[in-house]
Amino acid sequence: MKLIKQTGLVLFLIGLTIFTASIFTGNFSFTQKDLDTFISEKGYKSEIIKEELQKAIVTEENLTIFQFSKRIRNAVKINNQHYNDLIAKYNAAKNWTEKGKQYQYRINGKPHNISYEIAKKAGSGFVKENAGLMWFLTFGLGIIGALLFIIPNLILLGKPGIKNDGIYLESATNRGWIAWLVLVYLVTFYLVLYFMPDYAVNWTFILDPISEALNGGEASQWFVYGFLYCTIMLTMGVRMFIKYRHNKYQIVRTISVLFFQIVFAFLIPEIMASLGKPGYDFKNAFPLDYDFFWEWNLKSLTESGGIGIFILVWGIVLTLIIVPIMVYFFGKRWYCSWVCGCGGLAETLGDPYRQHSNKSLNAWKLERWLIHTVLVFSVVMTIVTLYCYFSGTSSFLGIKSQWIKDTYSFLIGAWFAGVIGTGFYPIFGNRVWCRFGCPLAAYLGFVQRFKSRFRITTNGGQCISCGNCSTYCEQGIDVRSYAQKGENIVRSSCVGCGICSAVCPRGVLKLENGPEDGRINPTEILLGNDVDLMQLINKK
Amino acid sequence: MKHIVIIGNGISGVTAARHIRKNSDYKITIVSAETKYFFSRTALMYIYMGHMKFEHTQPYENWFWDKNRIDLKEGFVSKINTDAKTLEFKDASSLSYDSLIIATGSKPNKFGWPGQDLKGVMGMYHKQDLENLEKHAPNNNVCKRAVIVGGGLIGIELAEMLRSRDIPVTFLVREASFWNGVLPTQESEMINKHIKEHHIDLRLSTNLKEIKSDENGRVKSIIIEETGEEIFCDVVGLTAGVTPNIDFIKDSGIETNRGVLVNRFLETNIDDVYAIGDCAEQHKAIGQRRNIEAVWYTGRMMGETVAQTICNKKTEYKPGHWFNSAKFLDIEYQTYGWVFSERSKQENEVYFQWQHPIENICITISYDKNTHKFLGINTFGIRMRHEIFDKWLTENQSIEHVLEYLADANFDPEFYKLYEAGIVAKFNKENNTNIKLKKKSWKRIFSI
Repeated sequence: MKLIKQTGLVLFLIGLTIFTASIFTGNFSFTQKDLDTFISEKGYKSEIIKEELQKAIVTEENLTIFQFSKRIRNAVKINNQHYNDLIAKYNAAKNWTEKGKQYQYRINGKPHNISYEIAKKAGSGFVKENAGLMWFLTFGLGIIGALLFIIPNLILLGKPGIKNDGIYLESATNRGWIAWLVLVYLVTFYLVLYFMPDYAVNWTFILDPISEALNGGEASQWFVYGFLYCTIMLTMGVRMFIKYRHNKYQIVRTISVLFFQIVFAFLIPEIMASLGKPGYDFKNAFPLDYDFFWEWNLKSLTESGGIGIFILVWGIVLTLIIVPIMVYFFGKRWYCSWVCGCGGLAETLGDPYRQHSNKSLNAWKLERWLIHTVLVFSVVMTIVTLYCYFSGTSSFLGIKSQWIKDTYSFLIGAWFAGVIGTGFYPIFGNRVWCRFGCPLAAYLGFVQRFKSRFRITTNGGQCISCGNCSTYCEQGIDVRSYAQKGENIVRSSCVGCGICSAVCPRGVLKLENGPEDGRINPTEILLGNDVDLMQLINKK
Repeated sequence: MKHIVIIGNGISGVTAARHIRKNSDYKITIVSAETKYFFSRTALMYIYMGHMKFEHTQPYENWFWDKNRIDLKEGFVSKINTDAKTLEFKDASSLSYDSLIIATGSKPNKFGWPGQDLKGVMGMYHKQDLENLEKHAPNNNVCKRAVIVGGGLIGIELAEMLRSRDIPVTFLVREASFWNGVLPTQESEMINKHIKEHHIDLRLSTNLKEIKSDENGRVKSIIIEETGEEIFCDVVGLTAGVTPNIDFIKDSGIETNRGVLVNRFLETNIDDVYAIGDCAEQHKAIGQRRNIEAVWYTGRMMGETVAQTICNKKTEYKPGHWFNSAKFLDIEYQTYGWVFSERSKQENEVYFQWQHPIENICITISYDKNTHKFLGINTFGIRMRHEIFDKWLTENQSIEHVLEYLADANFDPEFYKLYEAGIVAKFNKENNTNIKLKKKSWKRIFSI
């Protein structure tokens, strides 16, 4: 059994290595014809960019993606530098007409993204030509290896039950060097994905055939991310099924997050895109879906006929009506640990790291400041955007629409949700984003805290303060501090994953939806003491 | 300002301190020789097993004590001078008090076995025991086998701990079946089976004769009383129960028996000296409880009670209906009311029992065969609601009532398979009754 596990680990690492190494392969160059087509498609008017790009990438040389990217970015830089100088010059000369003319020649968009677009067309080499084989050597080996590593646990873990043996004794799950290595890998991955997509263009070649089969188009870096996301969640979902096979709540919940990720977040948008409709994730609620009210999305939806209008209405109804009503009946868990994609990854890939959330009072204070700030930020950003959309202006209350959107995307969308949110799993736990950053979670949290039937019931006086519940709470709730006082846990941040209840050795905790009366039960004296003492205490 | 000194920073002492702080402005000092900060003893096993780190066993952050003006003194009390109202410490320092609470807990029993003080012989009670175990049994290379002596709750936990590091374990149990002084046969036998499923070498009806030493004063082997068999091992765990940890009190004039003798107000024979928790012994047992109860929650309740008395609301200790819980490897156990084993139950007590054909799930309900009054329930692998059973016990409900409303009492996580229908059907069949199981009702559950 152990041998199978080790074989699995080796296969997985080989797959991961090939996947990572594939970045460094391939040749990138353009013919003059390719370049002309590209420039006319993009509508670039500048002669300089034409010239510079020609010098840079119309070549017989075999460029790596890094050289290729650097040359393109340099070409863009030279071009923009030239026109920026002109703009400055005409500005100084107060020649507004000439100044105004120059803007059209500048190349807008992030240089790495432009480089990605060209690289996607310009790439050739083993990876692109052998996508099927490469898929097997990367995803295939990764999946097979991971499963070989995970499935023997069915036997190795012994009888069904809580199996947390050794978590704090192993480097990977106790913030050791393996954990730091994983952190560095994940952070790098997200930095490449968000800020240097051209470097990952070889990955898109691997998935081109699958993308074409699904939506008729080539794979983008987002398709790669979506596919990888689903693959990881499924594989780590198998791990969840084995680890928690005695606990039906965990099984059902895991099936649910897998279903919503694969069908709603991945398949439906792809299929919609293949039908020429806007690809929309029907479960992704604003303000987590922060660009829902952005001009381009509103424009795309209003121009897509019936389905577009339906999505627009659905998106608004989802956030304003469905989400709070469901939270009232079931708590925010229905979304955060049953439906949400971020939650889904946290509950599968992130499960081995759940114990790392900080349980201190200071962390709780920080949590409340941060998450509510992000909520306010997202609302302000949306108000500015909507005002500008309807009024046709470019700023509101002195806030530029484009600036606030860019800032939000960069700080919250990319850094907080991605790089920190997932990259920091191995050291800071699997719910960093959900706990400290997600504006939707903050909104759901208000409803859960003040108007909901959900609570974690504490079972009378059975708590022995062992601390398993607090240790394994991914949201950093000090569950024990309530349980040992006989109080129910009613906290806005609780995502209802149910692990506190699962790890409790004394059957103290139960997630349930019940009447609002008595949901919050501050007691000074625990059950077990006779009634007159309780009355004495409660009277004073 | 009145100075309350508490010896012992376990659950009893700390609870007393917290409640005294809530109700007064007295100066409070907690004395401990074990650790500076309170930790949960029940969680020591999880540190060795790698589920937690020591810091996770501390229910309060370190700033808590300063903020609540509870002074922590590290030291070992060697003598109590009740006339001068002072404590003398091993390091010759002293501390005076106005009121003293003794909450020193227990220590593992040792029955005078030859070799019981060798290196590698240990209990599993104090933090130091855990450190000792980590030293002598870090893995199965250093510790080729461990022998555990005494088949109680700590014994089975120690076995689970060692098995988590794949250390072979031989488990010596004096009784003919695990914990059968407490558990009915059905349950005791289920646990026997489960212990063996975990590859623990369970030896029933087996006593320890002696522990043998190697040339370095370390454990080499043990000899079994009945057969004379020698079992080679590197660690011996002594888990044959605990006894109040009160040696330092003996000459103080405070009246003791096995524990510190207290009345229902937890007062000792000396004014302003109280005893709570594992080390306190009631003059007269409360209900069917034992005079000394080494249970987590009774320590906590005594702490709450004594705090009231000290803060001028003289309050009697009334522990209410018996309940408890434990976990035997993978099997959770809860009990509400009294279910005695066959060995110790009264003539009027009878069982109704149900057991799952395959899984490790079963219940025993004890009731009065004449009046059908519900006396208590043991559940294995099913969680039950404390409030509901507490209410039924107070209301003196019948077993028929309990079964009819059993669905209200279930506390298993959502989506778990429920067994109430089968349980009720079995009772109906055995007793020719026609009890119909009521559906779970939130209204009933929360109208308590």
